[in-house]
Amino acid sequence: MQRDSATFKGSQQAEAPSAPRLGQKWTRYRIMRYYVVPWIFLIPILSLHAFVVVIPALQGVVYSFTDWSGIGEAKFIGLRNFEEMFFEDQSYIDALSRNVQWMIFRVTVPFAFALFGASLLAKVKRGAMIYRTALFMPFILPSIVTATIWRYLYNPRYGLPTLVGYDKALLGQSDTALWAIAFADNWQFWGFLMVLFLTAMQGIDPVLYDAAKVDGANRWQEFWHVTLPGIRPVVLFMMMMVMIWAFLVFDYVFILTGGGPAGATEVISIDIYKNAFQRFEAGYAAAQGMTICLFAGFVVSGFALLRKRGWDI
Amino acid sequence: MIARREFFLFRKQRENTAFNHIFLSILVVFSLGPVVLLAVNSFKSNTEMGLNPLGLPQEWRFENFGRAWEQGEFERTFKNSVIYVIGTVSLALILCGLAAYSLARKNPPGANFVMLYLLVASTVPVWLYLVPLFFLWRQLEFLNTYHGLILIYTAFNAPFSIFLLRSFLIGLPVELEDAARVDGANELQVLLKVIVPLAWPGFLTVGLVVGIGVWSEFQVAVIFTHNPEMFPVTTSYFKFTDRFGRDWSLTNAGAFMMVAPVLILFLALQRRFVEGLTQGGVKF
Repeated sequence: MQRDSATFKGSQQAEAPSAPRLGQKWTRYRIMRYYVVPWIFLIPILSLHAFVVVIPALQGVVYSFTDWSGIGEAKFIGLRNFEEMFFEDQSYIDALSRNVQWMIFRVTVPFAFALFGASLLAKVKRGAMIYRTALFMPFILPSIVTATIWRYLYNPRYGLPTLVGYDKALLGQSDTALWAIAFADNWQFWGFLMVLFLTAMQGIDPVLYDAAKVDGANRWQEFWHVTLPGIRPVVLFMMMMVMIWAFLVFDYVFILTGGGPAGATEVISIDIYKNAFQRFEAGYAAAQGMTICLFAGFVVSGFALLRKRGWDI
Repeated sequence: MIARREFFLFRKQRENTAFNHIFLSILVVFSLGPVVLLAVNSFKSNTEMGLNPLGLPQEWRFENFGRAWEQGEFERTFKNSVIYVIGTVSLALILCGLAAYSLARKNPPGANFVMLYLLVASTVPVWLYLVPLFFLWRQLEFLNTYHGLILIYTAFNAPFSIFLLRSFLIGLPVELEDAARVDGANELQVLLKVIVPLAWPGFLTVGLVVGIGVWSEFQVAVIFTHNPEMFPVTTSYFKFTDRFGRDWSLTNAGAFMMVAPVLILFLALQRRFVEGLTQGGVKF
């Protein structure tokens, strides 16, 4: 993502090699070759993308101000949906608070795992590739398989909890279910973060480590004063992305608990799914989708503000 | 004196990495243990699972796979998933390849706007457009069809694929294309005869990432397909675990069959996977 935006900036400076120069004739051939053909190449995927993403997104904005069952006419009701959401619908507020808990978990536990793993792996030469492959591997597993694995590991009859004499279902109790799901998600996700951090760590100037060693820094001081500042841009960028993604979580909750027990793991996406496809409240669901956009916007502008204050992101 | 000092440094370094290796091994056990357990348990019988939940099976029961294949209707769902994967990968490579070539080489007026559009579009939360998209698809009668899902997957993967292919094409030398043009090749011929043979590693990376993404995809599939005849492996397996949730040997065997192709591809081409997935930044 970062790399992409870097090349994107590069392209703006790059000169168009083939555009017709002043004084050349605007022959039909030239117009075809420099203007028409390139756009013929671009139009198919751009129109497909607009059809699948942009048009429905705009429709979503419109529907969020309506009362609409999904079938037939949508009735314009102004801000009524949002009013209901924030002031009357306790289940929405609860779902939102679960997304915030999920977000807090996601920016701490996987980041701690990834920073720990990457800083260990950056120093290792022998077997580094094997470690990297093994630790990255859970990331490529389908969510349904990860969920099955952890449903088995959490099962109260012969799963992991029984090893320590705990015989209650972690996924079946309202006070543990969300954290159990979050930990399964962390197991799958942290290896991906680790590889990103590892790549960034390999870009740190080794002279800095030598200097730290000369100054007698221990492992922790070295990590805190050399490694972490060196990879801060990547860490902060990923924190922003992870915070945005935290409002989209769906798969693991849907598969492992479906929002239960007794609604204890119902996050916003599950609420939207039920409103749109089971309770025929598509207008209300669209409004809830809008609020996710709003929170993503808050996160992005929060980071933009930090950047303005001089943080290097 | 110098030799002694170097020996000392060498020893110190070895001590250091020993610490690293110990903790990395613990992390590897944490990451791979559950996967190995899944593989091992798929050979156990249900009674043995209760007696011996974490060890190697006493009796390797290969018939679990046959039973899961039958009961889970894997024949049909594997076929469906292969169609979704091949359809999406080929459509994405063709359409995004054309777009990436245009952006990398032609730099048409508005190219920067296109890049900005893709960058912004790829960060719009999916829940903003999923609900209206569902009702649009229902109106068009695209629900429960192959092309319905393939079009969605292609569009969702487009920004990532275009970015990655474009940055790959920019790295290729222009001279060969110019030579082909001097020889009288038209744009499409240049693309097919010069660019694609040179850029195939980029296309392979994108194809792998998109293909694995579609094979594993759950959220869109569960919303846009309701007819069991059209289920991909993921949602079909979800329904399967609903029915046979307590039959662990059956569900483990099913899950293992589903990931086996992914794991084999990953182990064979892991550099490409890691490169593609981390450069794309987003797994949808």
